[in-house]
This record gives sequence, structure tokens and C-alpha cells, in this order.
Amino acid sequence: MPYSDKVLEHYNNPRNVGSLDVKDAAVGTGLVGAPECGDVMKLQIKVNPATGVIEDARFKTFGCGSAIASSSLATEWLKGKTVDEALDIKNTQIVEELALPPVKVHCSVLAEDAIKAAIKNYQEKQEVVEAREPAAVG
Amino acid sequence: MPKHPIYMDNNSTTRCDPRVVEAMLPYFTEKFGNAASRSHAFGWEAEAAVEEAREQIAAVFNAGPKEIIFTSGATESNNLAIKGVAAMYKKKGNHIVTQATEHKAVLDTCKRLERDGFQVTYLPVDKYGQVHAEQVREAITDKTILVSIMAANNEIGTVMPIQAIGKLCKEKGVLFHTDAVQAVGKIPLDVEAMGIDLLSLTAHKVYGPKGVGALYVRKKDPRVRLEPQIDGGGHERGMRSGTLPVPMIVGLGTACDLARREMPEESARTFRLREKLRTGIMGKLPETYLNGHPTERLPGNANISFAYVEGEGLMMGIKDVAVSSGSACTSASLEPSYVLRALGVGDELAHSSIRFGIGRFNTETEVDAVVDLVTREVSRLREMSPLFELVQQGVDLKTIEWAAH
Repeated sequence: MPYSDKVLEHYNNPRNVGSLDVKDAAVGTGLVGAPECGDVMKLQIKVNPATGVIEDARFKTFGCGSAIASSSLATEWLKGKTVDEALDIKNTQIVEELALPPVKVHCSVLAEDAIKAAIKNYQEKQEVVEAREPAAVG
Repeated sequence: MPKHPIYMDNNSTTRCDPRVVEAMLPYFTEKFGNAASRSHAFGWEAEAAVEEAREQIAAVFNAGPKEIIFTSGATESNNLAIKGVAAMYKKKGNHIVTQATEHKAVLDTCKRLERDGFQVTYLPVDKYGQVHAEQVREAITDKTILVSIMAANNEIGTVMPIQAIGKLCKEKGVLFHTDAVQAVGKIPLDVEAMGIDLLSLTAHKVYGPKGVGALYVRKKDPRVRLEPQIDGGGHERGMRSGTLPVPMIVGLGTACDLARREMPEESARTFRLREKLRTGIMGKLPETYLNGHPTERLPGNANISFAYVEGEGLMMGIKDVAVSSGSACTSASLEPSYVLRALGVGDELAHSSIRFGIGRFNTETEVDAVVDLVTREVSRLREMSPLFELVQQGVDLKTIEWAAH
């Protein structure tokens, strides 16, 4: 199957490959997919608690070229967005940007799931932090 | 680095040998006669070429030239053998024995027969992809009319114990068909010694043209009869009508003749290159697994799983090398190879598999280049793999609750 130039470009020069500290309260981690399905994405965001802006994003992906490109693109788009803005990223935008064929749409769905999972993890961490703080004062 | 791209997918198809093309060419132009024309020299010339091809083909597996029926390829040969026997012997019984890792041309033919009232037993294979004669013995009933077991598997290269199975079929009086597409010209075949009654082959896997194949149909002890699947002028002893494609048949004959003459040296050479590739890759990269049988396999085939790296993603990284993957990331079902699944290879490793098929035209320089490229790309992709990272951190992947999608 021929790949689009953008998929190839991300595959050959993936942006933001790597890991952030999962224990950091400012870091949200999403791990989606399953090895037996041939796709696993780990996507992480680091949020500035004062501004709510995503300052860093990293990924690691087990999957085909389109899955790698989708997650690479997602990290690029996440940086500089607020958490709320990030929640608006839709898989269809990824499909359009990377010109993914119908059989590869699931890669973009997985990337959207990974974004949502990372944000959810970050938000859950904030609730824990908030719940703890008054106790610490008291 | 050799000139790109490198073709290493010879279990899928092969390049036509220039000697084959050369032999075919006159039969497109000056020797264009219809082999069925009995009234003039053009027809006689074509017929002589076809008869020579029959001899060249039959000689590969110790058959007689009159036992060769030309078809459009192995898919048709498999269809004709199985459906032809089923229709001809249905009064005798309605049971067929085959196995789980056959090619779709056999499996789907059997499935169609099941819809028409036949019973089919699909034998499971062991972890190397082999089926054993004892399993066949246990599956045969008094209603069994045919056993169809491939000579060698196209994905994993495992060679089946067809001699033992053929012997058993003789003993039980059941016809034995083998899809020998991958085996012809690669490993020795003998229809007498192996008790084979029907054998399918195709030209394009043995450096011949696409679009032509043959079915060996035993003429005596027993004389196998087939219900034709294509009606018409009664060519090929009435078993397969249609004007013979003489240039293609000359190509198949020449390809078989070269395969027979050159097999000892060629198989030794492809085996040596295969082993260089296999040990080169597996020696440099940890957690790589050879799928199929370690020794009883086609000389040029290596099917390797690279843990933590997805096969299609890897193929993209080695895009200058033409190979295949057991990953089915491109198919809508997302299900990996049914052959690897039948061996009990987990879905994760099935998604991580690459089939290398070394053939006549591969060189040592190419093998060296592929070893380097694969090693480099797998290492790069592992650095990018969340699974590899988890394992490095000491996490057992089986303890993670994955959300199947």
C-alpha cells in the first residue's frame, strides 16, 4: 500500500519520541491499544499547572507506519494547546492531515484515544493533588 | 549497498528466468499454432512443444507425461483436484481430510464443498506447522475419498511428512492430493515413492511466467478420474477444456527443466544464504523467533518474529527490501496470519513477523545488506516501542490489562 508523503515524513523523522516521568503530578500518561491487535500507543503530556497549557508531549508506539505517524503528529499538535483545546482534537483531523486511507483510520482513532487517556490521567492526578492539599495545610 | 530495491519475497512469486523467456518467445510469433490443430504443421509444431513440456514437468517428480494436465495456475489445479474428485467419487463417500495451514485455494474450496454437503476435517498442526500421518490415520473414515496436505507451507516454509501420509493413504485406499507449489524445484518430490495421486504446481514460483500451472493426475494404480470443472472442447483428456496457452506451457516446461537440473546446487546455495540471513539477524538481535520448523523447512525461507516491533511498521523501515509480513494491519479484520495462529504463535508475535524468501537471483551482498538494514531498523523501532520500554522496566506485558480494539 502506498503511504502519503506526510506519513513517510513522520515515520522517518518522528517528533517527540520518548518518555516523561509518570510519577510527576504535571504529567498525564495514556496507554491505549493492545499488542495482540498490532497497535499500542503511549502518549504523555506535561501541563503547566498555572496556565493549563501543555508544555511538552512525548510518545512511543508499537504499530505500523500510520500508527507511528498519527502519534507523532498528535504530540506536535498537543504542544502549546490548553488541555481543553487538546480535547477538541478529532481523529478525522489526523486522517485529513496524514491522508490516511480507510484501512488506516483506526490508527487515528487510537491516537485520539491516547490523547484523551493522557488528559484523563492528568486530570485524575490533579484531583488527587487538590484533595490532598487541605489535609496538608490542616 | 546493492542497487535498490532488493527482492526477497520469492515465496510469493519469482522473477522469470531469462532462459525461460527466451524459450517462450518464438511461440508468440512464428510458432503460434494451436496445439489442437491436427491438420497442419503449425498445429503439429505447437503440439510437439506442449508434449516436450509435459515431459519436462513430469520428470521433476517421477511422473509420466500423459499424467500432466495444464491449468491456469495452482489455484485452478487445487480447485480441479478437490472439486473434481469430490464430484466424481461422491457416491463412494463425502469426507475430505485436509489441514489448517493449507493455502486458501484449498481451504476455501473445501469450505464450498461443505456448503454442498461434504464433510471436511481440518487437522491442527504442531508448533512447527507440521501435521502427522497418525493424525491423518485417525481422521480417515469409511466415507473419506480424499486427503489433501500441502508439500510445504508458503508462509513458514515447513515441509510436511507427505511420504508417510501418502503411504498411509495407499494403505487405506484413499486418494492423496498435495499442493506442491512451494516444493517443486526446491526439495525432491517423487509421486511413486511418496504415494501421491494428484499434485498441484504453478510456473511463477519456479522462475516461470504467471498464469500457467499444472495438475498431475495419476493414470494407474489407481487411475484417478476427475469431474471437469470447465466444459468445452475436451482438451487435456477431457479434464480441462480450453485452448492450450502454448508459450506459457513452454515457459512452465523450461522452468521445470531448469529446476530439475539445477536443484541440487541451487537449493544448497539458497540454504546457505538463508542461514547467513537467519543467523546474521538472530545473532545480532535478541528476542527474535524463527516461525516454522528449524530444520524441515524450504531452503530459502526464513519467517522471523521480532518482539516489540510491528511487522508492517518494520517493512516500511526496510522499504527497499521486498518481503511479506504476517501482520494484517492493512486488512479490515486486523487479524494476523491464520498460519501463524494455527502454530500457536501469539497474535502479538504474529503481528511482528516478517517472511524472507531467498531465491535464485539473490546474492550474498544482498543478504549482508538486508541483515544490516533489518538490525538497524528493528533497533530503531524498539527504541520507539512502548512494549520494549515496559519490558526493559521489568514489566510483564501479560499483567497489563490491554483494551482490545
